[in-house]
This record gives sequence, C-alpha cells and structure tokens, in this order.
Amino acid sequence: MIIMIPVVNESADTQVAANFGRAPYFMLRDTATGAMEFVKNTAADSPGGAGIKAAQIVVDHGPGALLVPQCGQNAADVIQGAGIPMYQTRGFDLEKNLDALIRGELEVLTEIHSGFHGHGAGK
Amino acid sequence: MKIAVLSGKGGTGKTMVSVNLASVSGYSAYVDCDVEEPNGHLFFRPTNQEEESIMVRSPRVNDDLCSGSRKCVEFCRFNALAYVGGKLLIFDDLCHSCGGCLLVCPEKALTEVEKPMGKVQMGSSAGVEVLTGILNLGEASGIPIIHRLLEKARNLEDQGREIFVDCPPGTACIVMESIQDADYCLLVAEPSIFGAHNLAMVHELATLFHKPCGVVLNKELGGENPSRDYCLEKNIPILGEIPYDTRLGSLNSMGTIAARALDNYRQLFDSLLETIRKEVGHEKITHPQR
Repeated sequence: MIIMIPVVNESADTQVAANFGRAPYFMLRDTATGAMEFVKNTAADSPGGAGIKAAQIVVDHGPGALLVPQCGQNAADVIQGAGIPMYQTRGFDLEKNLDALIRGELEVLTEIHSGFHGHGAGK
Repeated sequence: MKIAVLSGKGGTGKTMVSVNLASVSGYSAYVDCDVEEPNGHLFFRPTNQEEESIMVRSPRVNDDLCSGSRKCVEFCRFNALAYVGGKLLIFDDLCHSCGGCLLVCPEKALTEVEKPMGKVQMGSSAGVEVLTGILNLGEASGIPIIHRLLEKARNLEDQGREIFVDCPPGTACIVMESIQDADYCLLVAEPSIFGAHNLAMVHELATLFHKPCGVVLNKELGGENPSRDYCLEKNIPILGEIPYDTRLGSLNSMGTIAARALDNYRQLFDSLLETIRKEVGHEKITHPQR
C-alpha cells in the first residue's frame, strides 16, 4: 500500500511535519517495497486555503492512507470525499509511525479542527 | 469634502474624533466602515433607520455538465475549489466572489448564487446622516459592505454634505478600500512609542495612496510624545490636540457625543474641523491632481 505523510524535508531520515496544509513536502511510501518518493507541497505558500490545495495534491496521488498529526475541516472534506483514510501520527518520528501503522496501532484521525486559516501551528 | 479617519491600532479615538467632527459639521454624514465592530451608531442613536442586505456571489456546479477539466481549481488563487472523486467541491468561506471560475470553465458548468454576508443601516441624528456597515459573524471579508457604504456616501457628498469615514483599525485591505475615495486622511495617534509605531504604519499607507494627511494627537498628556516627534520628523501637519481627560472617557463610555454635551469640546472640534477644511482646501489648490 502507498502511504502519504507530510514531512519537513526531502531526506530519507526526515520527520513528520506538524502541519498538513503548509508542510514543505509529502512523502509517498510503498509499505511493500520501502520505496520512497517526495512531492513538493505547492500549497505551502498559498495566501489562503492551503489545506484544500494540499489535500487536492494528496488526492491526486491516490494513496491508500494519509498519516497526519492533525487536519483542518476543509482539508478533511477533500480527503474524506476521496475516501482516503486518515491516521493520526504519534510524535514526529517517521519510521516509528510507519511501523505503528503496519502493526495496526495508529488510530483513525477523528478530531478535525476548524482550521488555522493562515495561522498554521508549527510555524 | 471626504475625510477618512484612521489609526494603526484600535482604541486611539477614531470613532470619538469622527463622531464629534460629523456632529459639529452641521451638514454631514458619518460612515462607519469598521464593519467588524461598528460602534458610531451607539453615539448617534439614529432614527428613521433603514436597512439593506449586502449579498455576495459564490459558484455552484452542475455535475452533469462538469467534465473534470479542473480549470477552475487551477485558476482559483484562494483555493476555494477542489476536484475529488469525479466531483467539484466548493468552499464558500474561501471564495472571494471574483467570478473567474465561471469564465475559465470550458463546459459552462458553473453558475452563481447570492447569499447575504452583512448589511448597511442608514438613519439620521440631528442633521447627521449615519451609515453603518455590519459584517455577519464568520464572514471573511467586509469589502463588499465598504463598497456599498462608499457608494451611498458619494450620493450624500453630492448633496453637499461633509463626509467622515470611520475606518477599521490597522492597514489591511479593508482600510485601503475605506480610504480610496477620501480627499484627506486624518490620523489619530496616542502619546506612546507603540502609538508612534502605529502612526507610522497608517502614515505609510496614506503616503502609498498619495493621500494628503494630518494628525490629531489624542490623549495628550503634555509631556514626552513619540507621535509628536514622528510628525515633526516626517513633516506631517498636527491639526489638533485632544488633552487626556477622564470626563471625555466617561462621556464616551455612556455613548454621549462630547461636542453635543460640553461647550469646550464643541469649541475644540469646531476649531479642529476649521483647520481640516483649510488643509483640504489648501491641498486641492496645491495638488489638484489628487
């Protein structure tokens, strides 16, 4: 399965980004082969609606799941509209989160916040 | 004559100054463009009030016509559109009603609907026409309300009324809209370093818009005043000073217009208005292109 995760940079030892819409990159990770690919988040510098545009990027890559620490309502509407399940990360260690997902220990993200509207956390 | 009253922060006395100037003018209109928290009407308590809704447009899609070209999604600078699972999603709260998505749609699958986003109230109070803009809770931008207020203000100015525009605090888009039509910007400043910093912000804005401007030093304490220093350094005319006075504070807190209640304030605002009229007249002669 292909997993998509917002990350802070384009290196193999990168970490989970604290914010979804304004994360600098997304990592595409094939859980079967371990292959990874990075996608630049062109939504990151949007004056507004970054979550929606970032969600559009995710949806267009059609991953089997999205791992995120948190997600706003608008972005969640887009991702859920595409039927992509979202799992909530624990801490920022990428490999630990992927392992936890495979072991079925990550919980489905249920708490959707109302959005930061240009005042994203972790900035 | 149209005067915009501005300040870089809230609480400097914009409303107090514009309400009192409109009161002493005799034949005027007070226009409250601080649509997120309009309060001038609390002083004027206008009668014969009329009200109109302000509408904004947002797009709706006909799913049968949409071919999934995503032209609208790519076009929208505000990311108000997304295309998911063969369907277009529209986020009204991000839409700025530009209508661009309708123009770029190759299938003409988009139309527009109108919804209320605020209102404009009009009433009168002892010779002053009182215009109040009110933005509905949760709406992102009051610009359409400002447009309507200024349209109405132009008609009132054509009747020969002096117009006083009470601007929102700060220097954001909504302030830029509010000062567009103004002949003159009146900057209200407090006697502190913070006050001078905020004065510099609005002064830069007025300069950017090529608006002549002058300053009212409010809450003047008689000692050191960084706002006064800024005016002297930048050569900005100081048109008047309002001394710090707890009586004025209590009158304001009760929604009483000082110039209507106390002689000394009537005189103070009479003389401030006279100075402003001279300045505006002088600017019109020396800079007719403005």
